[in-house]
Amino acid sequence: MSPTIDPTVAAVSGERVDPTLGTIPAGEVVLDQLVAARAPWSAVVAAGDVLSIVDLGGNQAVDCILYSAADTSERYSAPDTIAAQGRIFLTTGSVLRSNRGNALMTVIADECGNHDTLGGACSKESNTLRYGHHTKHQHACVENFLREGARHGLGKRDLVSNINWYMNVPVEEDGMLGIVDGISRPGLTVTLRAEMDTLVLVSNCPQINNPCNGFDPSPVRMVVTRP
Amino acid sequence: MSGTGTTRAAREHARAQAGTAAEAMPILPAGSWPEPPQGVDPGELTWAETVAGGGYASKVLARGTTLRLTDLEGDACANLLLFNADQPWERLNVADTVKVPWQAYLGEGHPLLSDQGRVLGVIVGDSSGRHDALCGTTNFATNRERYGDGSPQGPSPAGRELQLLAAAKHGLGPRDIPPCVSFFQGVRVDGEGALRFEGSAGAGAAVELRIEMPAIAILANVPHPLDPRAGYTASTLEVLAWRGDPTGPGDALWSASPEVERAYLNTKDYCDGRGTR
Repeated sequence: MSPTIDPTVAAVSGERVDPTLGTIPAGEVVLDQLVAARAPWSAVVAAGDVLSIVDLGGNQAVDCILYSAADTSERYSAPDTIAAQGRIFLTTGSVLRSNRGNALMTVIADECGNHDTLGGACSKESNTLRYGHHTKHQHACVENFLREGARHGLGKRDLVSNINWYMNVPVEEDGMLGIVDGISRPGLTVTLRAEMDTLVLVSNCPQINNPCNGFDPSPVRMVVTRP
Repeated sequence: MSGTGTTRAAREHARAQAGTAAEAMPILPAGSWPEPPQGVDPGELTWAETVAGGGYASKVLARGTTLRLTDLEGDACANLLLFNADQPWERLNVADTVKVPWQAYLGEGHPLLSDQGRVLGVIVGDSSGRHDALCGTTNFATNRERYGDGSPQGPSPAGRELQLLAAAKHGLGPRDIPPCVSFFQGVRVDGEGALRFEGSAGAGAAVELRIEMPAIAILANVPHPLDPRAGYTASTLEVLAWRGDPTGPGDALWSASPEVERAYLNTKDYCDGRGTR
């Protein structure tokens, strides 16, 4: 199966991307889709299936919350995940844990090496604090989460601290933290194995006020394979 | 015949228990708390309670309230959640709480931000310096693995289990519980991103928060997830609150940073619109 290419995608991005980039594991391709720049996306990944997220344009933050497909009150927990692994960054070997301590997915391969789960999602409201009230009407990840989540019966109460694939958020010795230039590049892939049937909710981050998307939101590729 | 064999005797038996002092209990009225904080009129106290290790408490607090938490014996860990009392789907957002002020470590002046770009509370005093906004609290499964049990009725309750109970009393359910912050057990991040548990600052450390919006405060006092001690170690937390004024444009905190100033503008804008003084 070849990627479903939306002809508007590259135009939205402002730069052309190659939708075939990525290191996709062997197996039957269950799904292969492009997520347009600034757009939401979701899918249920069955236990045992593998989700590959490809950063097509380079340094594109992919905001992501995971839910147990069987009971969405069980969802990704950033604190449970980092407390269990004793480290703030996500990379190969990181077990993405729920608010009940269970494994939702495991990072089984990572060409980037470092992903964030402290920084949360951008919102119109927090943009007013971070950049000024002139940003109130810019599109934001929470808008994507709310719209896409509603398709699955999820609402505002269901939004919690998320994962930011490909986003770089160091913490300095004095506790200062911030979103800095990314370390990703076009075609790098992070690969997740579902440990239970998992609803994956994604916002392809539209932020233009910080370097999380290289100031240029771009499309990403989502591939689900069955080993 | 036992002393509780009839309704009349059972009532006498029940009533004879009143006045018992427990190590962990609320004091009502709060103004009868024996040692009011210095400079605070006892009549202004609105909450006085001690919470045992493994226990929880919650209360709806008015805008302007000062909330003081004290680690009486040095092994408390106060896991705090705040919700907008009027629309609790607005609640503490720990990601924004560390991202917006560009600071992962909680300390004096640090705002506790909601997901709506507003200040639910702000730390106005801190004699501990050992806090955490990264690791949240414990869950049933990890406590069962570490201590043999995580249920609220057992000897080692998990923080999430207690938060569920407290939240339920405000009409809230499992979907309403976001990651929390915790006070009195410190965590630091090293250069490689590894977490380092620093433990407590010792007995008597206190934190004071100013509540900036009508808020539901939920406190669960349970061992920190990174506490390396084999035994479930949690000692009593003292909780006091008293009336006061919210942060206003003339206060140094209002304009402590451009981000915080806009958070306060948003908060005042919301309260003004709603008619909350």
